[in-house]
Formats: sequence, structure tokens, C-alpha cells
Amino acid sequence: MASFPSGPIQLVEGRALVVAGEDIDTDRIIPARFLKCVSFDALGDQVFADDRKELDGKHPFDHPQSQGASILVVNGNFGCGSSREHAPQALMRWGIRAVVGVSFAEIFFGNCLALGIPCTTAAPDQIKTIQAAIQADLSRPWSLDLDEMRLSVEEESWVVAVDPGPGEMLRSGRWDATSQLLDNGPQVDALMEHLPYLNRFQKAA
Amino acid sequence: MSSGTLYDKVWDLHRVTELPGGSTQLFVGLHLIHEVTSPQAFAALTDKGLTVRCPERTVATVDHIVPTISQQRPFEDPLAEEMLSTLERNCAQHGIVLNGLGSGRQGIVHVIAPELGLTQPGMTVACGDSHTSTHGAFGAIAFGIGTSQVRDVLASQSLAMNKLKVRRIQVNGQLSDGVSAKDLVLHVIRTLGVKGGVGFAYEFAGPAIELLSMEERMTLCNMAIEGGARCGYVNPDQVTFDYLNGRVHAPSGEDWDRAVAWWSSLASDADAVVDDEVVFDASAIAPTVTWGITPGQGLGIDESIPMPESLEAGERPMAEEAYRYMDLQPGTPIAGVAVDVCFIGSCTNGRLSDLRAAAAVAKGRQVADGIRAFVVPGSEQVAKAAEAEGLDEVFRAAGFEWREPGCSMCLAMNPDRLEGRQISASSSNRNFKGRQGSASGRTLLMSPAMVAAAAVHGRVTDVRSLSPQPDL
Repeated sequence: MASFPSGPIQLVEGRALVVAGEDIDTDRIIPARFLKCVSFDALGDQVFADDRKELDGKHPFDHPQSQGASILVVNGNFGCGSSREHAPQALMRWGIRAVVGVSFAEIFFGNCLALGIPCTTAAPDQIKTIQAAIQADLSRPWSLDLDEMRLSVEEESWVVAVDPGPGEMLRSGRWDATSQLLDNGPQVDALMEHLPYLNRFQKAA
Repeated sequence: MSSGTLYDKVWDLHRVTELPGGSTQLFVGLHLIHEVTSPQAFAALTDKGLTVRCPERTVATVDHIVPTISQQRPFEDPLAEEMLSTLERNCAQHGIVLNGLGSGRQGIVHVIAPELGLTQPGMTVACGDSHTSTHGAFGAIAFGIGTSQVRDVLASQSLAMNKLKVRRIQVNGQLSDGVSAKDLVLHVIRTLGVKGGVGFAYEFAGPAIELLSMEERMTLCNMAIEGGARCGYVNPDQVTFDYLNGRVHAPSGEDWDRAVAWWSSLASDADAVVDDEVVFDASAIAPTVTWGITPGQGLGIDESIPMPESLEAGERPMAEEAYRYMDLQPGTPIAGVAVDVCFIGSCTNGRLSDLRAAAAVAKGRQVADGIRAFVVPGSEQVAKAAEAEGLDEVFRAAGFEWREPGCSMCLAMNPDRLEGRQISASSSNRNFKGRQGSASGRTLLMSPAMVAAAAVHGRVTDVRSLSPQPDL
């Protein structure tokens, strides 16, 4: 499997797969019983476990031609519900490196961003066209270009969107926020000196 | 763009700086952790050679994986035991207070922080759990985060965040007898949809909200996330201050007076600008029950499961999936749907007032034949207070099991779970497919009083239709 995201994320290439449906929640992406772990390592095999069992081999993640795919195309409010980062971790460990959809639940979007996985959006009818194009031939290589903000396959190409902040964080490689947050330690100290509830409410806000 | 709201004021107070990527570095005033979403964050901290910046601003408890029948250590489930012992080790190593089993302060993270007075107006509260929105009931900005962000808060006591828009949910009038905050929030989500709140913080305001107790406000804000809103909040008022006064971590003495003055100043200004406003009439809301597989698929107790043609085109695929999964036919009245398991508890409805409401229904009645019914207090303090009032005896006499505190069958990470296609009446917050521990299990969300009514009749029942009980 390809290594996990690192550094600037400008281009994601690979086969694409479709998980269709509105409001797909993180309990479905990774059921709670798989959260009984102190490491994310084993989650890749368990992604969509119950949906896959229910479909008995017919789930998109079980399709032989989709093994090794890296771009997931979904519909609206994908990743709603529980804040569990286990959901994007499971997708990432299975091989997903980018998600394209109509919209994303905020916590899921932030969790993906923290892993270097872009969640980009397109209009509902465009997503339908893209999903049909993927399903017509699962073997074609797609590319998501974050500089051009386009999702492409062969001669076809669609405009996708991401908010400017997260887009810039991904392109510049600054999506791992920890070091940036730590750089501003003195400003955090200054804020703490004035926050009323840290100072027996004696400081004016 | 909003201005002058509590959200704006608290955001500005906690804004450290703007980050190069365009997001804001936001200081976190209270960080809550538990055993499920923290171990990988501590491991990442160790990998990067980092320490916990403000151990005194992080508070831990154990809730998701604890058994509720016997909490004897070691747990029977070795994975659960490993998760708790990992949390214990991490807290000891980094100097973080852990409110563990038997401490008298253990319980569901969103129950214990308010009852200990840790959650206060004007704070930013973060926790690796989406129901952190609960703490907004105090006039805090409170939101769920993922494990990478837990790591960031541990390391820097701050987060990279983007500001939300503010939607005021104005609720006029007054809730009717037998109608609770749970019914109100299920009604709001049903009306605005499960993705209606994406990008928004929900400000709950208006006469009906001002009449709610703190526990009811917590129920309301708890489920803001089920409507897509990462935060929900209520402006702090006398109800808030009365709740906090005298709690372990609440300010006292002269500090108290200064605190109340400051907290009062944080409420949204009379001329505050919001990005959107929606108005509800509380008196028109009935006890509300979900019939489907998202919290937005709700019905008033006197309604029937919707016909596909009555739904907007965009809602139909999800409804079709719900008819199949729930095995409920369009046109069936929701009242009368038979249930197998009744669960009272969770961070939504596991507080003392919830147990009182359920016990008032259970008192002098019997759980119907073939129904498994159990009550899981939200915390050790809730359990103790309930037992002092004799609620445990009321429940036991009625045929309910009385359990130890934890998250339990809300998400079934412990042994409490549905089997096969069982259907539950549940006071929890999510009716997603497989949520309660069986891949084909089914969930009907409702208030604790409605769960108790379902338990004694064996089917979904309008709690308002039960004849008043003589005071037994």
C-alpha cells in the first residue's frame, strides 16, 4: 500500500470508487465495536464492515477492480454523526487518499484534513455524472489536481471546490497543524494571562 | 456575518492568532478526554517527543467501554480493560486528573463535567466526542474533535478552527405537559434536517428555552450535532448561575460575584446580528419519535410513517432505505409499533431529571411481558442522587434493571447491545443502522418518559395518554 500522506498535497492519482447515498454516518464507515483498540493500525480491513457484510461481497469496497483505488466519490453530508477519527483512519488505511462529494460533515472534514486527505465538493448533478463515469469503467485512472481544482479522467474533467483555508493548508503541506500551533506558544501564554476564568475573574476581557 | 452574539464574543476572547492556512488558532479552556479517542493522541504525542502543555486544563473519565452490570476490575473484556488501563497510564504519566470508577465522580463525560462545575459560561470546551455540543447549554462554545485534534489540544491547548455562522433557533410559547426538551430537539432536527446545521452554530433562544432547566438545555444542545450543527448554545441566565452555584469547580466567594457579572455580559446583545433565524412554536410540538435511520426521520406521536409521495424527492431514497431496514410500512401509525428492548440513559437523557420523568411513568406499573428494560444512570453522582430518592426501587419494582453508570447501549461498546433484528425504544441520540450493537438492530429515539411508556405497554405509546398514577 502507498505510504500515508505527507508534505504538500497537490495531486492525488489512482482509480476511483463510488459509495452512493446521503448522510452516510461514521458508525457505518467504522462500527463502534472496532473502536475497542488503542491503535488505528488494524482499521483498514474493517472499513464499512457491516454494510459489506450485508451486501455479501457486493459492496464497492469489495469489488475486485476497486482494490487499490484511492479516490472515493460520495454524496451529501458524508461522515456525519460520531466524531471518531477512526472513520477517516479506516478509509486511509484501506487506501483512500482523497474524497469528492456534494458535502461533508464538519468534524469528518477536519479529521480528514488533519490526515492530509482532501475532501473536495462539486454540485449534486455533477457528482452524479462523475459517479456514473466511474462505474462505467472501474479500471480507469483518475486524478484530483488541487492546484487546478479539477477532477479528471482521460479527456473529461470537472471543477471541484474546497474552502481556501484548507485548500492552502493541503497544497502548502501545512495541514498538520501541531507544529504551527506550537510555534505560537507565547501568544497562548499572553491570552491565558487575560482570560477572566483563568484569573479568578479579576481581569477584564 | 454574525456580530454581538455569545458565539462571536467567546470566539474573539479565545482567538490566539490567524494561522498561515487561513484558519484561526483557538484557545481551548476545558479539554475533556475519555478512553476511546485519546490513546492514539497520547501515542502521537510520545512519538513527536511532546508533552501536555496544560495538564490542569484537561480532565478525564471512563465511560464508553465500561460494563454496567459489574464494574469489577479487570473487566471480562480484555480489550475494554486494555483501553481503561491505557487511559490510567496516560493520565498518571502526564499529570491529568482521571475521574475513575468508584471515585464518586465517574460517568459519561458530558454528564460529569457540568455536574462538577467544570463547564462554565464563556469557555471553549473541546472533547473527542461529537456530543460535546452538550456543554453549550451553559453559554460555552463546545464542540467535538477528532483524535489528531485531541493530540493538538494536549500539545498546545489550542486548535486550528474556522468560525461558524450563527443561526438563532427562536422557540416561542411553552412546551406542553408530557413534552420534553428531547421532543423539542427531535422536532427541530426533523424540520431543519440532519444537514441543515452544517456550517452553523445553533443559538437556542426565546421564551420556551428560557423556561428550560439546565438539564433540559443540555439535552437540547447535546443533539445540535444530529442536526449538523457542530455547536449549540443557550445564553447564560439565572437558571445557569443557580445550577453552577456551589458545585465543586465553580467559583466561590468574591470570585462568584465577579464571575456572574462577567458571564452575564457574554449573552448575545439585544441588537446582535445572526446569519439566519428560524422560529418555532413550542406549544405545537407533540411527543416525538424517530421511525427511520437518521435522527431527522421523526414523527409526532399521533402521526404515521410518511408515504413516499408525501416526501420531497431528495428525501425519498433515505426513506426507502429506512422502510426496508426498519421493516416499517408507509402509512403505519408510529403509536403502537412493538418494541423489544427499552433503554433509558446516555449523555442525552441520563441525568436525574430524566430518570425522575421515567420513574414517574414506571411507578406502580409493570414492564410488559417479553420486554427487556434497563436504566443506566449518566454518572455515579446521578446514580447516588437517584438512589437517595428511591428511584432505583421504583424502577426495579416495575421490572426495569438498574445498572452502573456509562454510555452503555447508546453505542454498545460495552456488553449492552441489541441482538439480531431487535427494535429498541431508546432515550439516546442516534438511530443509525447498527448503532446499538447489532448490524441489523433497530432504534426508535424518544424521551425517557416515552421509553418508560413503551416499556410498560410493549409498544410505542403516547405518554400523555397514560392515566395519572395515584401517589403510591
